[in-house]
Amino acid sequence: MNTLEQTTDEILNLAATHFKVPREQLSPGDDFFKKLGINSLQALDLLTRIEQHFRIELPDYELQGVTDFRTLAERIQSRL
Amino acid sequence: MLDLRRYNCLGEALRAALDRWPSEICLIEADRDRENARLTYQQFKQAALPLARSLQNAGFNRDSRAAIIMTNQSKWLISAYAIFYTGGVLVPLDYKLSAAEQLQLLAHSKAEVLIAEYHLWRAIVQAENFKSLGTHLVLVTEAPAGADLAGAKRWENFHDSRLPIFVPRTRRDPACIVYSSGTGGRPKGCVLTHDNYLEQCRALTAIFPFSPGTRYLSILPTNHAIDFMVGFIGPFTCGATVVHLRTLRPEYIRDAFTRYKITYMTVVPMLLKTLERGLRQRFDELPGGRRRALRALIGINRAFTRRRPRLKLSGRLLGQVHKGFGGELQALFVGGAFTEPATLQFFYDLGIPVGNGYGCTEAGTVITLNDFNPFRADTVGKQLPGIEVNILDPDEEGIGEVAVRGRTVMSHYLDDPEMTAETIVDGWLRTGDLGRVDKHGHLQLLGRKKNMIVTEEGKNVYPEDIEAAFEGLPVKEFCVFAANYLWPERTMTGEQLILVIHPEPKPQIESTPVTTPLPTPTVALENNEAAAAASDAVSEPISSNSSDVAPAPRSDESTPQMDERHLLSPEISAEIDGRNRRLLNYKRVAGYLVWDCDFPRTASLKIKRLDLAEQIRKSRGRHHVVYL
Repeated sequence: MNTLEQTTDEILNLAATHFKVPREQLSPGDDFFKKLGINSLQALDLLTRIEQHFRIELPDYELQGVTDFRTLAERIQSRL
Repeated sequence: MLDLRRYNCLGEALRAALDRWPSEICLIEADRDRENARLTYQQFKQAALPLARSLQNAGFNRDSRAAIIMTNQSKWLISAYAIFYTGGVLVPLDYKLSAAEQLQLLAHSKAEVLIAEYHLWRAIVQAENFKSLGTHLVLVTEAPAGADLAGAKRWENFHDSRLPIFVPRTRRDPACIVYSSGTGGRPKGCVLTHDNYLEQCRALTAIFPFSPGTRYLSILPTNHAIDFMVGFIGPFTCGATVVHLRTLRPEYIRDAFTRYKITYMTVVPMLLKTLERGLRQRFDELPGGRRRALRALIGINRAFTRRRPRLKLSGRLLGQVHKGFGGELQALFVGGAFTEPATLQFFYDLGIPVGNGYGCTEAGTVITLNDFNPFRADTVGKQLPGIEVNILDPDEEGIGEVAVRGRTVMSHYLDDPEMTAETIVDGWLRTGDLGRVDKHGHLQLLGRKKNMIVTEEGKNVYPEDIEAAFEGLPVKEFCVFAANYLWPERTMTGEQLILVIHPEPKPQIESTPVTTPLPTPTVALENNEAAAAASDAVSEPISSNSSDVAPAPRSDESTPQMDERHLLSPEISAEIDGRNRRLLNYKRVAGYLVWDCDFPRTASLKIKRLDLAEQIRKSRGRHHVVYL
């Protein structure tokens, strides 16, 4: 099973690829809304990519109140 | 549809609807491509009455208050009906608020019962202010087996098969307490009566009637006034079907259109834009010949629908596009925030009319709505039947504050007669929005008079509500304003919040020149204008002799000196940034403004916001804002 660090890293890779930003500009503590310039619907889109990658199902509410990659990774890690 | 004039309360009207269309489907609940529930009106009644009886067994009765904190799903509507059946007052709370905020509103509403989804209840239990919860009974839906419910009961087990007693209410009795704001400051609990809802429903269904077979896709939160009306009361009192989706992901919304042959849906501007972007992208990807053919067909459709929508013709001309929307879509509705006319026109030209509306919770949901007779992309439509719109103190262009009168206007703000008196003056509800009514009776909105913003997601954000997030900043005082309140503009898009900071008397900043670079901007600033303004602030030194800086305002007979450097120390700036990030993204301030004078205050030391805004307006502009 992935460690939290690995999960975080994979999420950052997915976000970088999906939103076409250089991977090195993203770090775990970043606010993804601000850093990626996305709205809540686009954040849900990221959640779909993450689901496909980890082969899990994440209810929309897992994103509620989450704004940074690290917390998102923690939520996903608990479902792996 | 029911003749709503015959009913005195929502419970009565809903009860009649359940008996009138027993075999029609009233509710479908889908989660992605799975269907969780499909209920007829008869089955809905069978699910709600045992809950109503159990509530009565627990002492819930006339005027008892019950709060619901749930995402859109069948148990939301079943619970609401059970509450109305027993004569209670419903308090729909926003499931997207933080648990601490929900607890604050629960306390203010004095709700005796709380009905919540398990994951939301879990967050409430973990909140610091959990002990403030004063409800006698908590019902939790969909809790996993063996879960610790912290004293709550399972909604699914809370039923008594004996018949409950129906408790009738009068038209003037309260039906709902709906919070339009106030999570961080002064709660605004709009008390809406049964008359408000029944009249609003009557007005809306007079223009857009629902009927058995009509399917309404409900994706705006049901706690929001719009969905409560058009995704519950409206369809139910007409025998129509409500489709709930447990996800808001655009791909599943698109699927739902085709799977359930949706007739109507209401969206916020952000989602409409997302749909528009997706369509434009698909059009652009078409081979050259097909793209040109599509453009030609859109042009033909535009010509034939200039006076009124012609859905059958549009469906034939642009069949592929309409098929993507399920083929039976009559109209989309958009509300909650300002929508770009170009977006409305884009859909109309495709033969998908979008009814642009305007309203507020205080006015019982909708005030004006486009009736497509003819379609207008530049207005928010005409006043609904039975609702009067007036423009107060119009200027030479006819622009003034929009005021509303009619039977849909709320009764009052809960426990706040002072705010009620400020908001409803001589029977007219003052909306705080600026607009004008043209010669065809269409309302155009042209800005705001009040200190608040509305996001593209339809979220109303009041500056006072987010000030708590900045409590304890190492500054002398601070205050949050809507940028358009400080510097009025005739626009309702791109609204931002600004944190006005009065630093401690000893400057927090190094005595560096004004050209000190701003903190390194992140990849994406809030918007390009913000980036440009921030860049201007760096590249254009501002001196005390600068012509665009008016003399400093007077305060306590002295002439305070303005801080010319406009930048806080990196430490304070980082602190603001950190606190800002803990706020939900739509509640964040876009930047800060340094203000080197004491804030004007009342005898009880409350900030005189109007006076402060005037002072700031006189000597500071948008270009003085440092964007985070």
